[in-house]
Amino acid sequence: MAMTGVLRPGHISMRVLDLEEGINFYKNVLGLVETGRDGQGRVYFKAWDEREHNSVLIREADTAGVDFFAFKVADKATLDKLDGDLQAFGVKTERIPAGEMLETGERVRFEVPSGHLIELYAEKTDVGNGQSYVNPDPWVPDAERGIAPTRMDHCLLYGPDIEKVQEIFEKVLGFYLVEHVVMEDGKTDLAIWLSCSTKAHDIAFVRHPEPGKLHHISFKLDSWEKVLRAADIMSMNRISIDIGPTRHGITRGSTIYAFDPSGNRFETFCGGYDTYPDYKAVKWTWDEVGAGIFYHDRKLNERFLSVVS
Amino acid sequence: MGQRFAVTIEDSGERVACADNDNVLRAMEALGRKGIPVGCRGGGCGVCKVQVTGGAYHTRKMSRACVTEAEEADGVVLACKLFPESDLSVKVVGKMVKAVCAGIQGST
Repeated sequence: MAMTGVLRPGHISMRVLDLEEGINFYKNVLGLVETGRDGQGRVYFKAWDEREHNSVLIREADTAGVDFFAFKVADKATLDKLDGDLQAFGVKTERIPAGEMLETGERVRFEVPSGHLIELYAEKTDVGNGQSYVNPDPWVPDAERGIAPTRMDHCLLYGPDIEKVQEIFEKVLGFYLVEHVVMEDGKTDLAIWLSCSTKAHDIAFVRHPEPGKLHHISFKLDSWEKVLRAADIMSMNRISIDIGPTRHGITRGSTIYAFDPSGNRFETFCGGYDTYPDYKAVKWTWDEVGAGIFYHDRKLNERFLSVVS
Repeated sequence: MGQRFAVTIEDSGERVACADNDNVLRAMEALGRKGIPVGCRGGGCGVCKVQVTGGAYHTRKMSRACVTEAEEADGVVLACKLFPESDLSVKVVGKMVKAVCAGIQGST
């Protein structure tokens, strides 16, 4: 498969209630690498094995939640083409100049009907993963500092009109549906997992009356043992754990959900399966949604369904 | 060692001991008590919203999306950011109050 168009999730910008607490959490507990701070008060991080300058930004604000979520596209021509395609589809876009974010090229920003700001970009400085591109070692000391995920992997967003969001992602941006949960009526989707790659999800949406909400931002680990180690580090640091370690039925990932010090939920997970655009989407019915979300307990907890930032 | 105060959760009648450097939600959870719904524990989601009906306290920063200035002035706060300075009594007003009250009714 040749990867073209939209390549992968690129960055998320989040709001935290206390910047110093946020920096301490993302740097020392989650174990991301701080890569910069800008004039707007944003602090930039990347996971150790990511090569681009940044994937997680935080800024202090009066509310928690997500400012925007971005995807890397193949090149500048792709960025221009997708900008035109979005407009032709009736989606209003905005160009944010190169340099507005540190080490990041021009971005195309648009709002989807769930109330979230999504961005596309083609250029971001390659700062490497701490290794040479010639004869590298398999990992670096940052790979064992804190929870130390290898990458920011995907996010789950809550908002209304997710079928319209799905249409934009599928018809304009080239994503495909991997799994979905159908509501009691047997027709309407409660939740959708979308991929632009061979990952089981690059972004997911849950139908929710309030627009623009963040359910979680997800970080990838290499093994189940590292997921358990992450749980230990969370407890050592009195991090608020939502649920886990456990396994999802949907996407099959092994997971922990927890909250940053401002109440933004994050996931540290491993596994999940590889998928391809020709694969038929997997469906979960309303009566089995508990096992879909938490495969061992086979039931949902109210907090997982209703707590968002 | 800090001082310890008694916090009464009016909805369930539960009383928990809470140190002055501990938040009320954590004190309740640490004792295995139910009473206030538990969300993010970080002041961001608003699930553990309570109204303080008596006593002295201070709070740490809470999301304005969950607690308005007027509410805060009226003693409406998030239990995860609520620190007692005397014995307190609180009433649950958060997003999951219905679930909590249903649970209490269901168990009696």
